[in-house]
Amino acid sequence: MPMQSEYAYDSKIEGDVIVTRVDAALNWFRANSVWPMPMGLACCAIELMAVGASRFDISRFGSEVMRFSPRQSDCMIVAGTVTYKMAACVKRIYDQMSEPKWVIAMGACASTGGMYRSYATLQGVDNIIPVDVYVSGCPPRPEAVLDALMKLQGKIKKEPVLQDLVALKPLLGQNQ
Amino acid sequence: MTALESANQIKVQFGDIISEPAEFRGEISLKLADADKLVEVCNFAKKTLGFDFLVDITSVDNYGEDPRWTVVYHLRSLVHNVELRLKTDVSEEKSALPSVLSVWRTANWHEREIYDMMGIRCVGHPDLRRILMWEGYPYHPLRKDFPLAGKPTDLPGVAFTRVTPMEGGPFVTLPTKEDSIAREPRVRVPEDAEPGVSDKRLVKK
Amino acid sequence: MAQVQDIEIRDSATRAAQVAEELQDVQGEKMVLNMGPSHPATHGVLRIVLELDGELITKADPDVGYLHRGDEKIAENMTYTQFIPYTDRLDYLAPLANNVAYALAVEKLLGIHDKLPPRCQYIRVMCCELARISAHLLGLGAFAMDAGAITVFLLTFTEREKIYNLAEAASGARLTTSYTRIGGLARDIPPTWCAQVRQFLQEFAVTLAETETLLTRNRIWVDRLRDVGVVSKAMAIDYGLSGPNLRGSGVEYDLRKAQPYLCYSDLQFDIPVGSVGDSYDRYLVRMEEMRQSMRILSQCLEKIPGGEVNASKEPVNIPDGKITLPSKLKVLSSMEELIHQFMLVTEGVNCPPGEIYFGHENPKGELGFYINSHGGGTPYRLKIRAPSFVNLSILGELLPGCMISDVPVVLGSFDFVMGESDR
Repeated sequence: MPMQSEYAYDSKIEGDVIVTRVDAALNWFRANSVWPMPMGLACCAIELMAVGASRFDISRFGSEVMRFSPRQSDCMIVAGTVTYKMAACVKRIYDQMSEPKWVIAMGACASTGGMYRSYATLQGVDNIIPVDVYVSGCPPRPEAVLDALMKLQGKIKKEPVLQDLVALKPLLGQNQ
Repeated sequence: MTALESANQIKVQFGDIISEPAEFRGEISLKLADADKLVEVCNFAKKTLGFDFLVDITSVDNYGEDPRWTVVYHLRSLVHNVELRLKTDVSEEKSALPSVLSVWRTANWHEREIYDMMGIRCVGHPDLRRILMWEGYPYHPLRKDFPLAGKPTDLPGVAFTRVTPMEGGPFVTLPTKEDSIAREPRVRVPEDAEPGVSDKRLVKK
Repeated sequence: MAQVQDIEIRDSATRAAQVAEELQDVQGEKMVLNMGPSHPATHGVLRIVLELDGELITKADPDVGYLHRGDEKIAENMTYTQFIPYTDRLDYLAPLANNVAYALAVEKLLGIHDKLPPRCQYIRVMCCELARISAHLLGLGAFAMDAGAITVFLLTFTEREKIYNLAEAASGARLTTSYTRIGGLARDIPPTWCAQVRQFLQEFAVTLAETETLLTRNRIWVDRLRDVGVVSKAMAIDYGLSGPNLRGSGVEYDLRKAQPYLCYSDLQFDIPVGSVGDSYDRYLVRMEEMRQSMRILSQCLEKIPGGEVNASKEPVNIPDGKITLPSKLKVLSSMEELIHQFMLVTEGVNCPPGEIYFGHENPKGELGFYINSHGGGTPYRLKIRAPSFVNLSILGELLPGCMISDVPVVLGSFDFVMGESDR
């Protein structure tokens, strides 16, 4: 059986009890309730708002609310051009987010600086924060943002959560 | 009252320091030879002629010419629906001209932007600090001798800048007098590129 | 078992003295609040440093430049056509209007802005008015959301999706259209476009009425907006406000009527003007402007040369090979068109030396382009006179005296976009 199997559940056998790996359960919870923190800087923010509006509805993917507070959110969606003046703020807000956190670089400007090759534009937000998913487009269609969210969910589901917890290392037989 | 009439009235009032009105595409431009009389001219335009709306203040870098800066004021009269352009030259050694904040309060941010982008100080401005770049940024980006790719700076805790990789761009024809082969947009290697950094397949300018 | 606690009851005199002593330390201290660049109510990356005395604002200092991308310097290194995508991203709520403004500015420099084919003019007017509706809808939606009325946001966004469909049918992109070219348009509108606009107008009228019933006579909305951020007529003119902000303060000035461009002089529409200059007036001016835009759109649908499907094959580009790209068939077969294509793509449209300023009535205000050309295909200096940049300068004088809860209302009623403010 592949290591990333999530759960095998047969209602006739287990009834109301699901037996699964803790990793799988934790990742399932985290993946299906990714609350984005919209770092809406420029035009991509308008498409991000459109993703949150009723036609493309990001909340059906679990991103129920766009939390502007970094403490209450899971994923920072950098939507728009990051200038050098703004870079310190983006970094500071990313540092304030609590673990686990992910970053989606939405659009060409956030991924690589886009068409603004100038003295004032940071050439990609991955110069200051680690990015998980890059979305291309200027601005990306809302469907592309939703696709990125689904890819992020796929990435979250593969994360080895428990193996990284230092406190559990003796229990798992791994000595310090 | 048309734009030409108001331009002529200004010329009559101030005499030699105002040039003859120039017309291009239906717009009248006046050149002011003495930048120190700027506030007087603007006050006359506002109070007597009714140019109550300052549309824009622009600065132009005449790189290689003296005087280096030209500051352009776009005046508009909402009452008479008339527009006028007033230009004045500033030399590089001086790089300063009087502020028209006392005439139109909208000049506040325009003059801050001129200082930020070109480095021209407006004397009499109460709060002349950078507006688009951050306090402490050492350069004036819109000058012609400042490269588009930028220069590296570091202000710890505030901001940093790095040189943008232009990869041979921008892919635009060079405005030189050479033949079209030399002018064509090609991948160009910058003159101060380190040896060995650039791709040998790139065509040199 | 309950615990017994000793309570000391002092007489009223000592209690008053103690309270006064405590307050002594608190009074006279002002708090500096940083309404930072990342804030849900600042409509983009605007930073305002507020000095507060309790809830009252005593000083406000807006700090812009967090989206300064160097557009003007980029323009000096691009041909006129290559710069069109950058104009989309100025006022990114109404990119069609910015495209039209820039194209008209370059055409004024060339001297052809009044010689455009009539069908091109009508299509450009329709694009501008659709952009106006789109921008006002988003400004209204975000404004209402900041003030607490979240339903309006979803209603307006659904209507904006319909405008996005129209923009996508015409140009290929929802948001950043790059639809105009120097001398005309990138392509003609598809045959079903006008019918779609007609249907949109019918549906939009219903939604606009619905939004009005939600907001205009809403007690909470009126209480929040009335007499907040009052800008007098003289102050508006002195600070260089333009667009709905200027008209909300009682100045009857609209560039479409004062300096008509395209075919606006053939169209009938009114200009809504406010009387008091508070946020409620600016909101009403924007609502009425949307209705007037609908009126303009229906007139354009009636009058468009060539009819809705362009059966008579009216051109949308100036038939001058030195300005507009020739058709591909001719380029591949004829020498003259091949040379025109080559020169236009590599060197750009050859503009005469000189300088012009063109102001366009954008949804946010007056978007002006000052182009200083030394001849050739690239501008020597391109200055973008951004309405939001000028509108923002008034905040330093307008916010002191307001409560802190009035700040989202004032910011929303001024409806600025940082993309064009910082360029």
